Amino acid sequence: MSATKTETQPTKTEVRAIPLTDYIPLLGEPEINAIKTLANRLAGRKVMMVNSTAMGGGVAEILNRLIPLLQELNVDTRWDVITGGDGFFEVTKAFHNALHGGLYKARKEDFEMFIATNEQNRARLQFDREFVVIHDPQPIALIEARQGKEGHWIWRCHIDLSMPNQEVWEFLRAYVFRYDAALFSSPSFARQLPIPQYLAYPCIDPLSEKNKDLEPSYVSSVLEKFNIDATRPILTQISRFDRLKDPLGVVRAYQIVKKYVDCQLVLAGGGAADDPEGGAVLAEVRQAAGNDPDIHILDLPPWSALEINALQRASTILIQKSLREGFGLTVTEGLWKKKPVVASAVGGIPSQVIHKQTGLLVHSVEGTAYQIRYLLSNPALAARLGEQGHEHVRENFLITGNLKRYLTLFLHTAAIS
Amino acid sequence: MKTAEHPFQFEAASYLTRIGNQLATNLRELREGLEKCSDASIFNHTFQSLGRYHFLTEGFSNDFAEWALSALNAAELAEQLAALDIRSYTELTDVRTDLLRVMDDYSKARPNEMERHAFEPFYFCETTEVTVPLGGEARTLQEFRNGLEHLSNMSFHFHFLVSRLRLHLGTNDFSQWFAKELGLEALALRTNRIDVYTHTLDSARDLLLHYVDRELAA
Repeated sequence: MSATKTETQPTKTEVRAIPLTDYIPLLGEPEINAIKTLANRLAGRKVMMVNSTAMGGGVAEILNRLIPLLQELNVDTRWDVITGGDGFFEVTKAFHNALHGGLYKARKEDFEMFIATNEQNRARLQFDREFVVIHDPQPIALIEARQGKEGHWIWRCHIDLSMPNQEVWEFLRAYVFRYDAALFSSPSFARQLPIPQYLAYPCIDPLSEKNKDLEPSYVSSVLEKFNIDATRPILTQISRFDRLKDPLGVVRAYQIVKKYVDCQLVLAGGGAADDPEGGAVLAEVRQAAGNDPDIHILDLPPWSALEINALQRASTILIQKSLREGFGLTVTEGLWKKKPVVASAVGGIPSQVIHKQTGLLVHSVEGTAYQIRYLLSNPALAARLGEQGHEHVRENFLITGNLKRYLTLFLHTAAIS
Repeated sequence: MKTAEHPFQFEAASYLTRIGNQLATNLRELREGLEKCSDASIFNHTFQSLGRYHFLTEGFSNDFAEWALSALNAAELAEQLAALDIRSYTELTDVRTDLLRVMDDYSKARPNEMERHAFEPFYFCETTEVTVPLGGEARTLQEFRNGLEHLSNMSFHFHFLVSRLRLHLGTNDFSQWFAKELGLEALALRTNRIDVYTHTLDSARDLLLHYVDRELAA
């Protein structure tokens, strides 16, 4: 998740509540009861979660949903956000990219600024909680606040550490070792560590604007708005205009499919307006699309969650032909909507797309085109993949599963049962 | 209606997946891993994965078989690994022994295959189990039915599958209670025959509810 710059004032954040009972129609009463039973053992226990931003980015989105649910279950949970100046967030952004394998020339002053800002936050925040969950590298040095072996400290790493810049990783590792446990989004993202590491998939909220059920009339209105024909197959990739998402490869795959099936392609995402590279990629995609009226390139603003939801629901097949990927939550969203998904076997995607069971994995443009054709001519298979994909998400990638995992981890870590 | 001397205690079961420091990039390394990994890891990739992917009723058996097929396209080995029916095991040591036997047989028949690089590594993980009593006990079959109806998938999996390792018997918590506490041998037998490979956990529970309803109506 990105190291987004934040304001310098917030500490405790205000969060919006969706009651746990609202999830019963989706998960069933037994699952909600199981969550409540686990939580009863933790009633009154105190938890704090710390990250670097209250708004924007996937971590804040998850915490905005997770913390009210913990509070509803009488697990006294507080959310603190660290503060820092522009320089600190420039350093953490550089660290973030370096941990993803990007180029980075370490500077002594970067590490000093990182430590100093963590020190300032350590002095400002209160660490009076039994369970302390620190999200991502930015606040990792807050572990210095721990008195001896007091409390249970967990580091939740949302980023892929499989090929980190060694200098940055060595610096962070000294802090990681002092936690009681670490959580990673995929086994492939983890490192060899002397502390227990647990799997914690990223998750989606089925009741959010991006994922909730929509009225068919609204879905139709979105198609009309973008001049998309509802009567012909719609192939869609939702992603920002980024070379790593391979939008040009998607256009080439569509062009192959188009020789056999009269279909349309929707490439929808954002990021082009405020990202110079995004603008360049968007221009390349437009050029590759030429004057084909069946290719719809939609550069959407960040507040388009409902429209993206509608486009996914209206699609015949969803594509995620990334060259590299984090976890790939757009795949999760597609599977939740019971759509057949054709996706690259990169990053966290194989955890979600079990080949021929919950979707189809591909490794090339030609393979993508072939699997799309295969699904278009086998609607029964497409429907089965969609159904099983939905179940996979229900079992493994929803916010309620995330909630249950934290409760289980707290119970296990504190040996409460 | 007969009342049990010892009530049935429903448990809420929840699991964490602990990521190990061991991985395999080919079949030789998988075999080595199988030999060295913990029982909790064997459990995670067999008993636990069957519960995790219960909704896949066509062709999913365990993580080892799935990896052999998807990452190595080794269909014959995948078939052999998938053929191990975890319901017939009451000890993880025996599961490990049979997995190694399948690997060794394959290695003898196709030695060159053992070094072929897999498309994706296999990550050995372990299961950490946490259980908490759900509250409320069942002393009669009707009370049991009421509890079963409100049992989550993971709790059903815990009582129906994981129990085999706990009891060290070729049966499950439900069948054991039906037979020992209520004297319902036929119901116990019928319950133990429910095939979790061809049912989802939801449909297996529905089938058990159906059996219990029939017994209550008799």
